[in-house]
This record gives sequence, structure tokens and C-alpha cells, in this order.
Amino acid sequence: MNGTFLGMPAFPQAAARAVRDGQLRANLRHATHTIRDKRARAVAELPDWAELRAAGKAIKDHTLRHLDRYLVQLEESVTAAGGTVHWAADAEEANRIVAGLIRATGDSDIEKREVVKVKSMATQEIGLNEALAAEGITAYETDLAELIVQLGDDRPSHILVPAIHRNRAEIREIFADRMAAWGRPAPESLTDSPAELAEAARLHLREKFLRARVAVSGANFMVAETGTLVVVESEGNGRMCLTLPRTLISVVGIEKVVPTWRDLEVFLQLLPRSSTAERMNPYTSLWTGTTEDDGPSEFHLVLLDNGRTAALADQVGRQALRCIRCSACLNVCPVYERAGGHAYGSVYPGPIGAILNPQLRGTSSPVDASLPYASSLCGACYEVCPVAIDIPEVLVHLRERVAEQGGHPLERAAMAAAGYVLDHPAALAAAERLAGRTRALHPRRLPGPGRAWTDSRDLPEVPAEPFRDWWRRNRA
Amino acid sequence: MRVALFATCVNDALFPATAVATVRLLERLGVTVDFPAGQTCCGQPQYNTGYRRACEPLVRRTARAFAGYDHVVTPSGSCVAMVRDNYPRIGARAAAERRGSELTDAATALAPRVVELTEFLVDVLGVEDVGAYFPYSVTYHPSCHGLRMLGLGERPLRLLRAVKGLELLELPGAQECCGFGGTFAVKNAAVSAAMAEDKLANALGTGAQVLCGADNSCLLHLGGTLRRRGDALRPLHLAEILASTEEHPWRPS
Ligand code: SF4
Repeated sequence: MNGTFLGMPAFPQAAARAVRDGQLRANLRHATHTIRDKRARAVAELPDWAELRAAGKAIKDHTLRHLDRYLVQLEESVTAAGGTVHWAADAEEANRIVAGLIRATGDSDIEKREVVKVKSMATQEIGLNEALAAEGITAYETDLAELIVQLGDDRPSHILVPAIHRNRAEIREIFADRMAAWGRPAPESLTDSPAELAEAARLHLREKFLRARVAVSGANFMVAETGTLVVVESEGNGRMCLTLPRTLISVVGIEKVVPTWRDLEVFLQLLPRSSTAERMNPYTSLWTGTTEDDGPSEFHLVLLDNGRTAALADQVGRQALRCIRCSACLNVCPVYERAGGHAYGSVYPGPIGAILNPQLRGTSSPVDASLPYASSLCGACYEVCPVAIDIPEVLVHLRERVAEQGGHPLERAAMAAAGYVLDHPAALAAAERLAGRTRALHPRRLPGPGRAWTDSRDLPEVPAEPFRDWWRRNRA
Repeated sequence: MRVALFATCVNDALFPATAVATVRLLERLGVTVDFPAGQTCCGQPQYNTGYRRACEPLVRRTARAFAGYDHVVTPSGSCVAMVRDNYPRIGARAAAERRGSELTDAATALAPRVVELTEFLVDVLGVEDVGAYFPYSVTYHPSCHGLRMLGLGERPLRLLRAVKGLELLELPGAQECCGFGGTFAVKNAAVSAAMAEDKLANALGTGAQVLCGADNSCLLHLGGTLRRRGDALRPLHLAEILASTEEHPWRPS
């Protein structure tokens, strides 16, 4: 997966650092609360939201159950429409395919050394920009937030708003300091007004659009019956990339396929309201293979597995593949709000990241083993998810996997001891009585794992008598 | 009517006053309460931490302890959610692992009969005014499991509004998690503490004297934070407010 995330500390340590960063907490709190309130209003407008949500879930479940069939159908449709389909088992293979395709295009050397990019999670997941850079190819991000991240030599921290952790003043600074190194510099007089920042980005990006011969995109959906790819966006930069260059390479996760054109009706309602709280997203671009004298003359679709078939094999966990990357779960998550996106060690942060990463990457690294625990199981993510992914259920399921692969020895011992006591009421009563009698001796601060509790909270005072004994004295 | 009280392990060991208040309240409303001694813990701490197999004996134990009762009343929404939502899952997983239908049968027999205290009062007994008297200002934190898994909705608030002398103050951001989350409070202590801080800032901002909840687990976490900070806001379980009357008013311990 993305090289920039290697060596991440486990979630609790990374999150603890983020919690102490007052500016970050304020930025995140402001952004997530604004969008979550807007989303709630946008969703409340639709009387049939519950039915739409159920339909979205059903279409995705059906597709996932017959994924083999729909992918083959997709390949046939794309090929018939003049495109070429490539299959990539993992990140390395996908990157190799894309680099090879870029090298094979363009008339001049310079044209083979730069590409424009439509914001895409899949290419970030595989670390495409870094892989291309190693081959001497520069990939320019054209989404405003991605541009901020790229110029700032930063990592994305949100699915939809990758620079959510930055405020306007910080963005102005990044533009002023870094734009010149990547192309057209920012105007001397740049202030942090949103209009000026957007204009600076527009001028900077225009040069890239007009020069690039190759564009790389992802896709929100792929329609099996027609071979059509769909990108949903707000700024129109994606549309520029999809129409101006001669070659278009789309890297898409295999779970993005839907069977029919009609299915888009459901998702094009669910997605914008859940993600940006818009009734309809400003730009929906659809492309099918190649068309003479219109758009790219060459189209390549790279179908990416990278852990997805492994996730598909897990009966409980596979529902994570229904995700349409709307980011609604991030915006309501109280843990994401405090920890920020970087703590998740992946391009998929928040609740969906906490269940997706350990499935795509396995649970052997410390950060992946800690992600299923990065939730209080409050259920807010499940409540907003437009395709009804029961994220808490999957979190608990993945915790079991982590516990089984060893877990924490102390925790395992404690669970076993508790299990014994709780299955023997007499032992439980004795333990409760003992705690009551020795309560004068209880320490205020605990050693070991309990320290984490007493660092910020007092322990409860143990009552003189457990309820069990009160009952025996008064009612039995 | 005769019901079984499922006190839950947290109330039994740490908050006996809540269980006592539940008994007194139900008896005052003409209900006969039993406390089946075989009960211990619903197994939620184990299950939510990833030790599913470790809570299977507790599923069996809990189902056996409450066999024969039409209503098992619990002053803890999260334990009810465990029984209703997760017991059937535990059963289904065992069946998928080819270990038979015993746990599914236990879950099916038990789950629909376990009700949270406010559900029992409002839905089963059909009362909202339980004749309580509590002359303090109160703000109510709806715990996540009660709010989202059980869908308790307005029930606790309707009960509180009917209490004589009580001034109910709206808690801003009420639906946000307090940061307890069982072992989450220890595994991700920094985030958990930050969530508690924000919840308490909202609660203190109401100026209320009492922070009411229907789940002592959350109150354990919030109360511990309040005590550490030395704030005067007093955490209190809803059952203790509803049990308080003019003849036997609640007294701060
Ligand atoms: S899990 Fe659901 S809410 Fe979260 S990003 Fe995916 S579709 Fe949206």
C-alpha cells in the first residue's frame, strides 16, 4: 500500500498526539460539524431515503455475490466500446501497468513524463504518484484539496476533503511557498480569501490541463452492461482531465462495478447527499470506451484487486466493499473528529478505514491491528452510511481476528479470569464482597493498563455492599 | 405482574443504588420483582473486545437464569442491546462454525423478553408519570446503545418531564458519544478523555445540578472525569430520579 504511510505508529499513539494539537482539533471539529449538519438536512428532504438506502445496499450485495460474472461482462463491454482492460492483482502490478502505458504514449519525451490526475482513492491506495515519480514521471493532482496536499508534501486526511486538517491561513502559506516549484507561482499579493485561493489554483492548474497528453483517473462506478465509467465531482477539474488529454487511464477497484445503467439512479441520489450534502453533485462525467474526434483516443481500464477478493471471502467483513466513499461516516465519527485522518495510517481514514484497511492489508502491522479498536462502537457511522454498512459489527468481528492472532497477553488473561468468575456467581459474590471490605485500601491511581483510566478519571468508589447482598438482606 | 430484574454486573458491583432504586420504583408501580441469583454479566465486555467465544458461557447462563419470565427488566440500555442484537449473532456464528443451534435457541428464547427500564415503563406498563419528585435541575445524556441500537427515543425524556419539581435542561450535542465504549476508554485513553471533556463542557454549560443517564457505564466514565476535575455536577442514573418521591426523596450520598 501507500509507501508514505509505512512506519506509522499504532492508532492510539498517533491519535494521542493529534488530540494534543489544539489547532488541528479546532479545524476538524469545525469542518466535520458543518458538513454533518448540512448532510442531515439534505437527507431529511427525501421522504424515501430509507428505501433508497435499502436499494443501494441490495444492489451492492447482489453485485458482490456475482462479482465474477459482472466483471467479465464489464470487460466485454469496455472492449467492445474501444477500451482495453487490464487486471491488477496488487498495487505493484497496477503501478507497473500504468507506468508502462504512460511510457508507451506521447510523441515527445516531455509528454511521457507528466500526467494530470483526477482525484482518486484507488491510485492513492496503491501509491501511484510515488511509483510514477520513481520512474521519472510527475503526476499532477488537479483536485483543489489534493493539490494542497501535494504542494504541502502532506498526506490526505479525509476521503472527500483531503486537506480538511488545514485552515485557510495554512493553505495560503502552502500556495505562496510551494506553487512556483511545481509550475505557475502564486500571485505575490495572495491573501487567504477563498476566492483568491481558488483563483490561484485555477491559474496554476490550467497550464497542466492544456499541456498534459495523459490523464489518470479512478471512477465512482462502472456499469457492466454498457462499459461506462462514472466520476462524480464538485469542481470540474476531473471533467477537464477526462476530455483534454489523448490517453485516459482509469484505475478502479473491482468492487465499483454495478450491473446496469438504471442502478446509477439510486447511487447518484445517495452519494451527493451523503458526501457534500448537495441534492445533486455539480459534475457527473460518464465515458464509454473511445469515440472518434471526441475525448481521449485511447482508453485503458486497470481493474484493481489489492486485497478485495480476500475481503470478499469474509462473510461478515465483505459488507465493507459496499462502500461508495461518501465520507459521511468520517464526518459523524467522534473518534475521527479528535484523532484526525493521519492517525489511521492510510488513505482510508475514519470508521470505513478502520474496517477496510485491516481487511485489505491484513492485521499483522501494529497500526492495522489497532484500527478495529479505534472506535467506541457508538454506532453513528452505521446510522449515516448510505449503503447501511454495519461498521460496528465489522469492527467487533475484526477485533476477534486480532485477539485470535495473539491479542495482548494481559488482556487475554484478564478475559479468562473474568470469564471464570462471571460463570460462577458464588465466586463473583465473594469477589464483590472482598472489594467492598478492602475499599479503604484501594489506590487512587492504578498501575499497568489501568493507568490509562486513572490518568484522566477517578475510579468509582466501591460500595460497601453489592446489590446481590442487599437483595439477600431485604427481599430474599 | 411479575418480572425478573437483570441488575447487570456493573450495577451489582459498583452501583447497587441504581438496582435498589429500580426495585423500589417497580414495586411502587405494583410490579413484583425477582432477582434470579444465577445471573452475572451479559458478556458485552468480552464480546466487544474480540473474545466472542469467551462470552458463550454467559449467553447460556443469562438465558438459563431468566427462563420462565415474560419480562426481564434492565436499567442498562447497552446490556439490553447486547442481548437483543449480539446474542443472535453469537448464535449464528456458532452455527456457522458447525457447533449446532444451542446458542441460537438460547438467544431466540431470551432476546425478545429483555427490555430496558424506560421501555418497560412506557411500553409495557404504559406510564410516563411514575409519581416521582426530584427538586433539582437535570440534563440528560442519551447513551449511544440506548439511542441507536434500541431506539429509546423520547421515552427517557417523557419520564423526566413528568417528574415533579424537576427542571429539565437540554444538553447540546446530546447524541454525541461520551467516549466510554468499554475497553475503548483504556485502549484509546487520550481520545476517550477528549470526548468526555467535550461532553462535560456541554453538560456544565447547561448549569444543571444533575447529569442524568440510563446507563451507569457512561456515568462511570463521566463521573470519574467530573470527580477528577472537582466539578459539582452530579452524575445520577435515571432510575434513582424516578424512584425518588416526596415521602422518600433521593439524598446525595
Ligand atoms: S462506509 Fe458508508 S458512510 Fe462511510 S464512506 Fe463508505 S458509504 Fe460512506
